[in-house]
Amino acid sequence: MLRRAVQELDERLDGTSFLRQSLRKAFPTDWSFLLGEVTLYAFVLLILTGIFLTFFYVASSAPTTYRGPYAPLQGQSVSQAYDSVLRISFEVRSGLVMRQMHHWAALVFMWSMVAHLVRVFFTGAFRKPREITWAIGVALLVGGIAAGFTGYSLPDDLLSGTGLRIIYSAVLSIPFAGTWLAFLFFGGEFPASELIPRLFILHVLLIPLLLLTLLGAHLTLVWHQTHTQHRGPGKTEDTVTGTPVWPRFALKSAAVALFTWAVVALLGGLFQINPIWLYGGFVPYEAPSPAQPDFYAGWLEGILRLWPNWELHLFGHTVGNLFFPAVVLPGIVFTILALWPSLEARVAGDHGVHNFAQRPREAPLRSALGAAGITWFVVLMLAGSNDVLAKYLQVEVDRLNTWLKLFVFVLPPVAGFVTFRICRDLRRKGTRPIRAPSRVTFARTAAGGFEERADPPSASDERAERAADAGPGAP
Amino acid sequence: MSSPAPRRPAERAIGACFALSFLAAVGLIILYAAGGQTQVEGTLLAVALGGIGAGLAVWAKRLMDHLPDETQPRHQPAPTDAELDSAADTMETGLEEIRRRRFLFRMLVAAGAALGFAALFPIRSLGRAPGDSLESTRWTPGARLVTAQGDLVTDATLETDSFITVFPEGSAGSADSQAVLIRVAPGLLRLSPTGMAGAPEGLVAYSKICTHAGCPLGLYLAEEHQLRCPCHQSTFDVLDGAKPVYGPAPKPLPQLPIVVGVDGVLEATGDFDRPVGPSFWDES
Repeated sequence: MLRRAVQELDERLDGTSFLRQSLRKAFPTDWSFLLGEVTLYAFVLLILTGIFLTFFYVASSAPTTYRGPYAPLQGQSVSQAYDSVLRISFEVRSGLVMRQMHHWAALVFMWSMVAHLVRVFFTGAFRKPREITWAIGVALLVGGIAAGFTGYSLPDDLLSGTGLRIIYSAVLSIPFAGTWLAFLFFGGEFPASELIPRLFILHVLLIPLLLLTLLGAHLTLVWHQTHTQHRGPGKTEDTVTGTPVWPRFALKSAAVALFTWAVVALLGGLFQINPIWLYGGFVPYEAPSPAQPDFYAGWLEGILRLWPNWELHLFGHTVGNLFFPAVVLPGIVFTILALWPSLEARVAGDHGVHNFAQRPREAPLRSALGAAGITWFVVLMLAGSNDVLAKYLQVEVDRLNTWLKLFVFVLPPVAGFVTFRICRDLRRKGTRPIRAPSRVTFARTAAGGFEERADPPSASDERAERAADAGPGAP
Repeated sequence: MSSPAPRRPAERAIGACFALSFLAAVGLIILYAAGGQTQVEGTLLAVALGGIGAGLAVWAKRLMDHLPDETQPRHQPAPTDAELDSAADTMETGLEEIRRRRFLFRMLVAAGAALGFAALFPIRSLGRAPGDSLESTRWTPGARLVTAQGDLVTDATLETDSFITVFPEGSAGSADSQAVLIRVAPGLLRLSPTGMAGAPEGLVAYSKICTHAGCPLGLYLAEEHQLRCPCHQSTFDVLDGAKPVYGPAPKPLPQLPIVVGVDGVLEATGDFDRPVGPSFWDES
């Protein structure tokens, strides 16, 4: 029966060999390879829950009077978009769990994507021939941020409206074309009624289409080029060792998908997220306090809060304060990230093909720069919620800012230096940062005293450790 | 290949996972029919999904460990020089074939460029022309001040050291016209002569839009006489022409000149003295 189906397929598509190879394709097993899978499955869940939400969401900022069951807002004039999200939350059966799962899935999507990026970075898995896969991954990150931002703007609540106002101001600050760009994208002076329908079509069609296309390309490349793998007995640069897709890897991967969704379901059911009924509908003359964006926009918010109050005046024109922190700096960050493989290859003079994943210690400079970068992002994320942090630490926001401004310059180099030293020491010493002191044997002499005998650790142990540690080709 | 050894405990565990998942799914159906409850829905869904997931994970790990890992050659893209040359040649000769007819090729480039340029024009339909809409608001000479609810504001509305959000009459809620009206003890204000003329009896009005990123200034620190933005903590000195004293805001808040009119109702004598909100390229 199955044989017949395969034959039918083959007679039309010449698919047998592809099918046979694909089913047997070996996937190296390492826990860190799960991160990319989690991202993928979170995306699938985002699409499923998102489709459900589109059936109830109304993309309009036209005013309506709230008549739903949530008493504090009854009789208030709100936008139809806000009204419809309240309806999803309070009246559509299983609407709230879907909505909260959608938001949580977005956070899981972004977190796991960042973790995946960090894994690929520190293991050098982006090196030739995988530079394109990496660049597409960076594009997915930017696309994910755009998807998240347009998504949480859709409920048209007070918090998201404030975020949109900031983006509008950032676009305004662009030299030459800023005013026109802002008016074209936002439909006119903020807040224009064109905006919500536009964000909707971006969020449910254009950005997902872009993400799907990029994801397809990303996965095709991974499939075609095969995975990197860690060094080990029997492993070589030219082969890949792992679990065949069918049936074992398929079952494992399905388990990862189901676990991911289970965690999101638990979060969506038990942990409230984005309770827009507490923020109220968007009105242009009110701002929520404190106001924080989701984590992936937190570092951008942090830059805005710490940036000095400079403004550039050129030939009778003004380059607004936001242009550098909100447009130029993120542009530089993502450009460096996307081009990292070629930058590193050029600096290291290494243009060879690499299929072995490295350990962070094998490239101390890269690891140091990576650690510095992560530290920079963390400080900026903290700065992005400095008001909440200040309240929590019971200090003045202004004083906290002074510290954060210092940290953003001092901590990354410190983290980089420490990482560099750790990597170098690890490389020098071998497998483990802490190892047992070398054994010393005392023997009692005939005269009643003690004397020390040289008793080096067994040579074979040492050799095995070295081999596992350095691997072929490691410096 | 050896047949899998019987693994009773593992099989039992997997069976239990699937059974749990089954029960949770049935529970979900019943719960939905009964009206639904968010927390229980999430928990049951997690159990239903996680049950299958756990079962599959144990299955793959315990019942399939007789399936060996495989070592396969990588697909190495290493074309021979001859292949490279032939591919490059094909591209080049094809391109040459087109380029050879130089005139036609140039016409093609011109037509393509023109079409591409023409295709950009519909982008213009996306938004209104900015014109001078960023330079002006709905405040006009004689416009009376109203609250967000549309109530008229008089010189008796505010007590000292308090503030409200005001709009021009007929445009309550307008985004670019929003202003804060603050009353400070008379004599404290240190404004320019024109500024003082627009701030009677210690009543002074500024644009409510932060000059940093455009957030509405929601916090008034009465003791320090400072307006603070809740978004990025830009702080403005109300007494000194709303000059920025802290945070990333680069310029003062525009002042709205007001007078006390008939029956104490406050009126604007014109628009703000500068464009409101964050800076933009063509700002005059």
